[in-house]
Amino acid sequence: MYKPYETTFRGQKLSIKEKLMNISFCYVLFICILAAIGIVMLYSAANGSWRPWALNQLMRFAVGVGVMLFFALIDIRLLLRYAYLFYFGTLFLLIVVEITGHVGMGAQRWINFGFFKLQPSELMKIAIVLALARYFHTSSLQTIESIKGIFPALIMVLVPAGLVIIQPDLGTGLMLLFTATAIFFVVGVQLWKFALLGVGAIICMPIAWAFLRDYQKDRVLTFLNPERDPLGAGYHIIQSKIALGSGGVFGKGFLKGTQSHLNFLPEKHTDFIYTMLSEEWGMVGAVFVILINFCIIAYGYSFALKSSSYFGKVVAIGLTTNYFLYVSINTAMVLGLIPVVGIPLPLISYGGTVMLSIMASFGILLSVYINRHIQFGKE
Amino acid sequence: MNRDNDKGKILIKRSLIMAGCKVFVLLLIILRLYYLQVYQADKFKTLADENRISTRILLPQRGIIYDRNHEILATNIQNFQALIVAEQAPNVQETLDAFKKIMPLSEAEEERIKRDLKRNRSFVPIKIKDNLTWEEVAKIQLHAEDLPGIIIDEGLNRYYPYAEIMAPVIGYVASVSESDVKDDPLLEIPGFKIGKSGIEKFLEQKLRGKGGILKLEVNAYGRVMKEIEETEGVHGENVVLTLDARLQQKAYEAFGDESGAAILLDVNSGEILAFVSTPSFDPNAFTQGLSQEQWNSLINNERHPLTNKAIQGQYSPGSVFKPLVAIAGLEAGAIKPDTRHFCAGKMFVGDHPFHCWKRVGHGYLSLVEALQHSCDIYFYETAQRTGIDKIAEVARRFGLGKAINIGLENEKSGLIPDKDWKLARYGEPWQVGESLIAGIGQGYVLVTPLQLAVMTARIANGGYEVTPTFFPVKNTSNIKKINVAKEHLNIVKDGMYAVVNVPGGTAWASQFVYNDQRMSGKTGSVQVRRISLKERQTGVIQQKDLPWKYRDHAIFIAYAPADKPKYALAVLVEHGGGGSSVAAPIAAKILKESLILDPVSHNKSIVQ
Repeated sequence: MYKPYETTFRGQKLSIKEKLMNISFCYVLFICILAAIGIVMLYSAANGSWRPWALNQLMRFAVGVGVMLFFALIDIRLLLRYAYLFYFGTLFLLIVVEITGHVGMGAQRWINFGFFKLQPSELMKIAIVLALARYFHTSSLQTIESIKGIFPALIMVLVPAGLVIIQPDLGTGLMLLFTATAIFFVVGVQLWKFALLGVGAIICMPIAWAFLRDYQKDRVLTFLNPERDPLGAGYHIIQSKIALGSGGVFGKGFLKGTQSHLNFLPEKHTDFIYTMLSEEWGMVGAVFVILINFCIIAYGYSFALKSSSYFGKVVAIGLTTNYFLYVSINTAMVLGLIPVVGIPLPLISYGGTVMLSIMASFGILLSVYINRHIQFGKE
Repeated sequence: MNRDNDKGKILIKRSLIMAGCKVFVLLLIILRLYYLQVYQADKFKTLADENRISTRILLPQRGIIYDRNHEILATNIQNFQALIVAEQAPNVQETLDAFKKIMPLSEAEEERIKRDLKRNRSFVPIKIKDNLTWEEVAKIQLHAEDLPGIIIDEGLNRYYPYAEIMAPVIGYVASVSESDVKDDPLLEIPGFKIGKSGIEKFLEQKLRGKGGILKLEVNAYGRVMKEIEETEGVHGENVVLTLDARLQQKAYEAFGDESGAAILLDVNSGEILAFVSTPSFDPNAFTQGLSQEQWNSLINNERHPLTNKAIQGQYSPGSVFKPLVAIAGLEAGAIKPDTRHFCAGKMFVGDHPFHCWKRVGHGYLSLVEALQHSCDIYFYETAQRTGIDKIAEVARRFGLGKAINIGLENEKSGLIPDKDWKLARYGEPWQVGESLIAGIGQGYVLVTPLQLAVMTARIANGGYEVTPTFFPVKNTSNIKKINVAKEHLNIVKDGMYAVVNVPGGTAWASQFVYNDQRMSGKTGSVQVRRISLKERQTGVIQQKDLPWKYRDHAIFIAYAPADKPKYALAVLVEHGGGGSSVAAPIAAKILKESLILDPVSHNKSIVQ
């Protein structure tokens, strides 16, 4: 077998061909399997029709594959170099959205580029990982363990997270915070600081509660007791559990999910697509999707372990954690384990922005893998 | 550089810890999937079906009620209603306006329609108007183009062709009310009607049938997607009654404007041929729902159209009680068949005077003559010697003093007093004078017209214990004999023959002969108020000069043919005046018609 890294000398540039040969094809295969499942489910969600969702999703996935390849082929050192620029650029867009959003009515989370709508908050999920990775890549363990050293990183996280939460998009905001917390954890911030943060969070809870919008409060209360409002907010959780539970072990069959096709299940093509999948394919299908996702996450970790740069490791772990959060929050939500927050199931739920941002992050993960032998210092 | 190594090691260590956490979370999610999809799957499958399957009940057709000649007494007729389906109308208001041009709608109706439209989803049909005539249906169909969204629906309504004539027997159906026992899912259906009185109520279970079940798949908005399965219901059973609609009609009409009851029985089987209570009500109005106005007029009518006088009215029998007093006297040995008493117009017990209705007296009378002239003195004497307990015992044998339970609601039992009863009821011993009063059927004695008919039939048929019934009697051989001497009955029957067919009899004026057949009977006039001493002194006041509610009740019991009885009849006219002048002519009309039509002899048509 041709092993390019043995013939090319370390720390040097790889040719396009070498890069392509180094792509983890298993990883790409898992991604394609999930996307295919998603397209099949969207076909079912439209009662056996390519329109309005399945065909669009297929095209987006095709574009997504292009985006993934683009990022996969970028030299990881470029990512390191432009990490802050990317971060501040995204932060600027977030502020733009915040201002125009107030001018417009209610929550506006995107910038309209005509052919597609850019959600800066989605970009921020990647930008924050790159920016933190760069920050910790260049910091010594001493800096990381000191309060003074960690302070800039905290600011880097809290500003965009705050902006997203007041949009208001609690789900994405929390995801940003979780991803950042995970990175803080892996780079070695002492555990007692997390404990302190946890205690502080509990103390702040009542204050935060006061700042939540009514619909957000509603979601939390409804999660705690779905029967509180069985026809209103609780309806989603109850119907999701009914549809999913009635699927049983082997499911009702493709296109035969009664609860989803009779519209008892809301949002069956977006946030609740996993419920529909579980109704039609049963526990077998549901567990299969979890296993594929497990593989994708495991590959992300293996990329991190194989990477010889600190930056690469942190980026791989950060982006994989981001992906894991998508999957676990969405499935836990439709299973009634956590409150309903608007987090889609990546690759499967219908939606363009998430598809593109998640494919971009896969591309970066591949880039970490392709450039796993390239070592570089703190610049 | 050492620190950098540490930095890398910590990163690896921490990320492996975190990977472990992630695996744990994913396992938790799989566990949750197992819990919902395997452990609780049955529960959620049930909930899913409850979600999607809507069960509708198909209404069974109510059984038809026939008379003995298969004349329809209660049936179901088509009821056309106009409905509007909002989603099929481009503009609901325009459609309604167009409808109003064809058929006016009252403001209340329009309000109800708008309220129903608001409350229901747009594909639910809303009733605009029901009980449409054929012409109205044709009109709507002619203008169908201007009435988008309007559909004609066909349902069934209960219909009673004999209306008020049969209402006291057949009763009526109406919507289920709060107090009804809901033993059948059919009763939960809005607009479902059940028997509320009469035979309709008595035979409710039989007539109702069983509802079919239609299972439909509906989507989250309640729209029907497809039919899953249909279980056919069972239609209600048809019922044949012993009534003869022709005789019932004749009897009803014979009353004219009078208020009262008449019961015609087959003396050998107890089958009820006619069962009249007047005035009556139109059951068809009840089925469609009464207006407050109609209801008030029924409730406030002093002649009580809603009271079934044949079984719910309790009256003193008056002189029609005398045949039983005669039998009691004969059985007790208080009188012999040839005993004669002298009537001087009044008699004394102690120093209390007892008057005969004929102030000048009847002179010497035999038992037969006493019945013929309805002499009160003769029966005062007889009752005094016989005693109340013996009289009560005979009266009970002939069906008085206890409810018969023919199946109609609220049947009264009447009252036959005796010494024990008086002591228990009033804590006082029985007075001799009270026996005298009871001897002419006044005082405590109370009977229903139905009981009088039974008593008459039992006298007429030679002492067989027939029980009145609305349902065909196939076998008469198991009817028990009453313990009564034939000779005693014959004397009484001679007396009742004389009442009608011998000059001087109280019903002589009502006698008739049809095919050599005659009727026998006994008149009765019952005071509803005490006659004052002053009135006795000034002379008899003409009944027609009194206000209606102070007039006497007029009673006549009769059977025919006199020599070989087939039909027994009791007629009671509330505040009619005299038994001979008012009740007997009505009875004669009914009995003569019975002999002409003779349904008992043309019995072949009764088929169950």
